[in-house]
Amino acid sequence: MLSIILYSNMNTTRRKFIKISALGLGGVATTTSVINMFGSNSVIEGLAINNIEKKYKRTATYCEICFWKCAAWAYTDEEGKLTKIIGNKDDPHCNGRLCPRGTGGVGMYADEDRLKTPLIRTVVNGEQTYREASWDEALDLIATKFKAIKKEHGAEALGLLKHGCPGAHFEHLFRAFGSDTMAEPAYAQCRGPRETGFALTFGSWVGSPEPTDIRDTKCLVLIGSHIGENMHNTQIQEMSEAIDRKATIITVDPRLSTAASKSNYWLPIKPATDIALLLAWMNVLIEEGIYDKKYVEKYATGFDELKEHVRQFTPEWAYGITTIKPEVIRKTARAMGAASPSVIIHPGRHVVWYGDDTQRERAIAILNALLGSWGRRGGFYFKEKINVPSFPHPPYPKPKWNWEELGEKYPLAQMGITTELIRASIPHKDNKYPVKAWMIGGTNITKSIPDKKLITKAIDALDFLVVIDTMPMDVTGYADVVLPECTYLERCDILRSATNREPNIAIRLPVVKPKYNSKPGYWIAKEIGMRLGLDDYFDYKDMKEVVEWQLKELGTSLEEMKKIGVKKYPRKSGPLYLVESEEHEFPTASGRIELYSHDLKDLGFDPMPLYTKHPEPPQGYYRLNYGRAPMHTFSRTVNNPNLSALKDENKLWVNPKVARIIGLKNDQKVWLKNQDDIISTFAIKVRITERIRWDSVYMVHGFGHRDKRLTRAFGKGINDTELISRIFVDPIMGGTGMRGNFVAILTENPHKNIEV
Amino acid sequence: MRYAMLIDTLKCVGCSDCVVACQTENDVPMGYCRDWITEVVNGQYPNLDLELKSERCNHCDNAPCVRCCPTGASHKSTGGIILVTANECIGCGACIESCPYDARYQHPEGYVDKCTFCHHRLEKGQLPACVSVCPTNCMYFGDLDNPNSEVSQLLNNRKHKTLAPEAGTKPQVYYLL
Repeated sequence: MLSIILYSNMNTTRRKFIKISALGLGGVATTTSVINMFGSNSVIEGLAINNIEKKYKRTATYCEICFWKCAAWAYTDEEGKLTKIIGNKDDPHCNGRLCPRGTGGVGMYADEDRLKTPLIRTVVNGEQTYREASWDEALDLIATKFKAIKKEHGAEALGLLKHGCPGAHFEHLFRAFGSDTMAEPAYAQCRGPRETGFALTFGSWVGSPEPTDIRDTKCLVLIGSHIGENMHNTQIQEMSEAIDRKATIITVDPRLSTAASKSNYWLPIKPATDIALLLAWMNVLIEEGIYDKKYVEKYATGFDELKEHVRQFTPEWAYGITTIKPEVIRKTARAMGAASPSVIIHPGRHVVWYGDDTQRERAIAILNALLGSWGRRGGFYFKEKINVPSFPHPPYPKPKWNWEELGEKYPLAQMGITTELIRASIPHKDNKYPVKAWMIGGTNITKSIPDKKLITKAIDALDFLVVIDTMPMDVTGYADVVLPECTYLERCDILRSATNREPNIAIRLPVVKPKYNSKPGYWIAKEIGMRLGLDDYFDYKDMKEVVEWQLKELGTSLEEMKKIGVKKYPRKSGPLYLVESEEHEFPTASGRIELYSHDLKDLGFDPMPLYTKHPEPPQGYYRLNYGRAPMHTFSRTVNNPNLSALKDENKLWVNPKVARIIGLKNDQKVWLKNQDDIISTFAIKVRITERIRWDSVYMVHGFGHRDKRLTRAFGKGINDTELISRIFVDPIMGGTGMRGNFVAILTENPHKNIEV
Repeated sequence: MRYAMLIDTLKCVGCSDCVVACQTENDVPMGYCRDWITEVVNGQYPNLDLELKSERCNHCDNAPCVRCCPTGASHKSTGGIILVTANECIGCGACIESCPYDARYQHPEGYVDKCTFCHHRLEKGQLPACVSVCPTNCMYFGDLDNPNSEVSQLLNNRKHKTLAPEAGTKPQVYYLL
């Protein structure tokens, strides 16, 4: 039996205990006098009285630590000090229960390593460094550079890389200035293939939050989707309900993920063979006649082609590829068939794996279609959202080219492709769409984009780079100008409006004043806009005025929203599920669910998914898999004092067999070298566990920070992204497949002369 | 009244939200914690069992920390909650050594600190912070003396265990299996 303590600081407690015990008595003496002030014997009772007497104020906000954006109440005491953040009970994103990151939001505000004032790159004694600057100086410089670039190359040459709420303000600024050259890693480095794959099949994106009706499902199938390690709040909550209701959970994962450990069936698949399993499942459903015949007949097209297509893909065929036994494939397919239509083959979220990802997502979508789950209770519900009106402004000028032209090589890309924007920033002869400057907001792009060579080359070639962030993330080190944004707890922001069962909006109001010399994203965008002569596009005093106007348009008010935080509206688009007695037109070309895709066929792609073999690790190398930890979001939270206390480094998961061969011990520091001889900057501690296969290693993404200004995160663990240099590009939508990189484990420090 | 906490190991994902919520609710100093997550893996790939769970003071009926405390600072309070009276605590650490669950730590101010079942919240009719925040809803809290309480019902109907029962401490934190 292996037992370890995870995510706690009990070990440090022990160490500190020894250090502090010598001071114990002195400490007690001081404590006594403090406690007596409350006229009580016990600290606890003292605290209780203290809590009751203190007048706490609560302010409505929604979380910005991940994209789920749960609505919450932030509490401040009578001195105005932020004390805690609690979920809003009326919010369908969280139902009053935040995840560890949301609860730990206080740490994002408190982090003493935050960016404090604008910085401008300068040269002192021949060395590049940053100097502190005033907001006026920094904003004037940005405006001057932007105007010069527009004059010489057109506004289109200004590229925006963004994520989250700050992105929205800069999008507006860019569009007003004439640029729609924008992209975010959320598409080509994350969920793009599933949006394209599902759009090709059902005519709709999956979107976020996913419209998976887990709360009522009878069978949940997860394929490389790590609910429980990702903390997509509603999904976690509903999966927990599904466990209570004894729904069947099937998890396909080469690693015993948390979700796998909660499942009725764990299919420990050989990595990179998922499509073979999906095809075999289709084969069983069709051959055994246990698919939803009525649904397929009524709503789908291309069934005969599909039937013919999957005939050859028997469970016996898939066994040799996936290592999953035929009887397990049949048994699990029958479990899905029995639960149909209340079954969910989960589309996943970070799905850029091997370059055939849109086809894998198509296979997932087709399987859902066979089971009749799209638009059915316990499958996928029809989502709805509130359209928040834009604050009045003149129409945006039309750029000569935009993100669509940048991604023209990928005909079915539905959002900007970061890697194409990056490529367009590297000067070359045939570059039709040269990008000369970037603004980066809310994304640590150097850690989310693989192929470091490419991004470094682009950054080197840029005329100008502005980064807006709350923390001195790696990417800020490349900027010409760094602007410190205040955290979500210190600003009014755009209204949250996301798709859900019940359409709703949530408000974010400032809980505390901005710390240091930081400013809200909307203020930064407006100030730059005014300097660019875009006054008409920013015809308001502040965000509060915008939000107040929007709330009025939506039939509510700031006063009401201050009290409730979240407002739900009745549905207008019709019922949550398909109505059996009525016709339904799907928003595809044929108006039906497309099992066979003419769109793909016409563009020269496979109209139905096929399994292709992917490279396997050579001798002495292991497949590098990466994932999430529940208390961290990407690379953005590792320095948060509350969250880094739970997990301040990632570890390298290694199967005991591999550990034996190499001679590894738990917590031994090792370095990694990938197939292209790229060696990790830092070391990582080994974690020997049966939870991983012998042909793979695993680590949580987002660690190995190189910036010393991140005092808690610097040098802790390995940055998986720097080892991902071989990219498998999805020819359909431009996604960057990242799961085909292999690493060797080095036990000696390869950086001989560098102290790491 | 007999307060008890139940944690459903079938639902706990070990996210550690309970740890953060406790820290912000109880002002636990950085670097310390009153609750924590453990992971136990049994078997060999791919025949594996994984148990994740949240642990804390077990508020034992037969509490060694109370018995060994030389000043009486560690005591049993309403509903069987084990508390430490800070200004009676001399920081000798005997209770820390006696606890089979490693649930106590010495606060930087000298006294010994640990989970209180959020006794100050119970007084206001609220659940402990960890129970109220858990996104998987895997934690339950209530009165075992009341046969109709949710916790009594769950213990009647579900397989469960306590930690280190061989220590004879009669823990009041139960794990549903």
